[in-house]
Amino acid sequence: MSSALTPAAVAAETLIDANAVDYLMVALYFAFVLGIGLAARRAVSDSIDFFLSGRSLPAWVTGLAFISANLGAVEIMGMSANGAQIGLPTVHYFWVGAIPAMLFLGVVMMPFYYGSKVRSVPEFMLRRFGTGAHLVNALSFALAQLLIAGVNLFLLGSIVHALLGWPLWVALIIAAAIVLSYITLGGLSAAIYNEVLQFFVIVASLLPLTLIGLHRVGGWGGLQDKITEAAANAPAEAAVAPAEQQLNSWPGQALSGFDSGILSVIGIVFGLGFVLSFGYWTTNFVEVQRAMASNSISAARKTPIIGAFPKMLVPFIVILPGMIAAVLVTEIVDLKNGGSPPGGASGEGVKYNDALLLLMRDVLPNGLLGLAIAGLLAAFMAGMAANISAFNTVFSYDLWERYIRKDRSDDYYLRIGRLATVAATIIAIFTASIAGNFSNIMDYLQTLFGFFNAPLFATFILGMFWKRMTPTAGWMGLVAGTLSAILVWLCGNPDIFALFELPGQGLAFVAASTAFVVDIVVSVVVSLVTEPKPASELKGLVYSETPKEDLVDPEEASRPWYQRTVPLASIAFVFVLILNFAF
Amino acid sequence: MSDTTKKTAGAFDIRNFIGMLLGLYGIILTLMGLFGDKELDKTGGVNANLWTGLALIVVSAGFMTWARLKPTVVPEEVERAADDHTRPAPRNKPKPKHGH
Repeated sequence: MSSALTPAAVAAETLIDANAVDYLMVALYFAFVLGIGLAARRAVSDSIDFFLSGRSLPAWVTGLAFISANLGAVEIMGMSANGAQIGLPTVHYFWVGAIPAMLFLGVVMMPFYYGSKVRSVPEFMLRRFGTGAHLVNALSFALAQLLIAGVNLFLLGSIVHALLGWPLWVALIIAAAIVLSYITLGGLSAAIYNEVLQFFVIVASLLPLTLIGLHRVGGWGGLQDKITEAAANAPAEAAVAPAEQQLNSWPGQALSGFDSGILSVIGIVFGLGFVLSFGYWTTNFVEVQRAMASNSISAARKTPIIGAFPKMLVPFIVILPGMIAAVLVTEIVDLKNGGSPPGGASGEGVKYNDALLLLMRDVLPNGLLGLAIAGLLAAFMAGMAANISAFNTVFSYDLWERYIRKDRSDDYYLRIGRLATVAATIIAIFTASIAGNFSNIMDYLQTLFGFFNAPLFATFILGMFWKRMTPTAGWMGLVAGTLSAILVWLCGNPDIFALFELPGQGLAFVAASTAFVVDIVVSVVVSLVTEPKPASELKGLVYSETPKEDLVDPEEASRPWYQRTVPLASIAFVFVLILNFAF
Repeated sequence: MSDTTKKTAGAFDIRNFIGMLLGLYGIILTLMGLFGDKELDKTGGVNANLWTGLALIVVSAGFMTWARLKPTVVPEEVERAADDHTRPAPRNKPKPKHGH
């Protein structure tokens, strides 16, 4: 088409061939999302206010929004990349690395959050530990959001690149502009509508993709045969995991990088299942906020638990496509055999991150293709917008207002917020290029979570259940935890110190576990030699100082079992155990 | 808006909103499946657009029926969603006065 206009014809060739109907599908989505945002701002209808104003939503809506806020870049591209590379052990991110933590969040943590009405992690830190922990946490939180926004932006840019064939840096700038306009036009303010819509659009596009893909490779049996055959024929230097490791979730050596099966199980259960996932889910306020919009403490607790049910099934529509791509898509087959096929979303060669886009190219007809593109654009755009707004809040209110310029007008902080939004978007263009250097985006993300979330979780959980923990221990634990994780990562990184070697995401698991242990040890030791806060200031923040009746909904006991928190959580837990044994 | 009947959320009920978008997608995909290029070599002989389209229409009808059968009742006075600093956007316009 436009190949005559560009110097290199190859660069202008688009990865995905979208036609007018595909663009219509995308346009329709944007019309709905921006339309509701504008309608909300213009106060068109009381109903919109009703759905957007706090604490009025039924649990199925907040539950889906909760999943959807997480069903972004990480889940879709990262998990399919992982599925293509190592196969079925990727399900641990869901059945070990998410569900138990979500149930814990609903059963144990949510009452604290809902009751104390804290709106961000730094705010909780401030009230529990005072300024030291608050400052440390606000700084690391802001940095983490910028880095993760870069991941979302990179993936958004790679779709733009795949659609239009423009160089990645141009695509990144365009993607950043799309996100900025989405925020400015008010799309983010109608987040609940968008997230629920997004969930259905993504399922509506990924489910057919998986089914058609399975049909093409001859069903589940055919996929197993093809993976077995590919693993047997792969050249030794490609280091492809043996087929039985790719087709069984346990013991998951391909994921953890340990040779020993027992160590691998320990690494996955403690590193991923406990430290990383509890750290991620229980302290992630981008998601916790969804539950805060529900109409009672009971609905808030049920939000992550109801979300756990669809979450259990998500791997079937994200990991399976990755596994299918690894035997069906020529470029991914070549990559897995140790080749370096040209092209890909970055334009610098195909990576595992491209697995899903390439499978879409190969199996989806125009029409469905547009639906899939709409779903992916929506997810990454909303994901990055959420990162940017979280950064914005913490920067303007937790850092700027508290430590730099106090007591200015609301307009002043709103202006600072707008500047922060633009600045964060520009910075994300640079952090996106860091993300682009990783062949598998999950390696990068898990490393970041190890640095930031693992120590945070340790401090949170200790501070919540041990009233003796002191303000000094709060910030020192965080600093020591993060530094130790970075040190472990530097030692294990093959390009830096290379003191030991762990392929897969094993290094991230070890770094996170170290951070957790170091944080706990430092916090306990420091607490024993410093002065704790008086018990009267800990009400609603520490378990033993909070009256039990503040933590439960008095009306819940009279409801049928399927509307109560604990029975629902138990059922979810049994389901996830069954899934673990079945695969 | 009369004071005697209960006010329901109507088109902005989140279920109707989902139903509308999925329904439109369903219609487009069904039409593509019937009249567009089926690209059977990609899908391995299945008319993917048609089947997905029909499924979406069914799901859409399900949501709309649910909203019809158990409508969300909006209280007479709804508190305006406050400007949320965590979600930067243009500021809310003041709510128009309803004539009672």
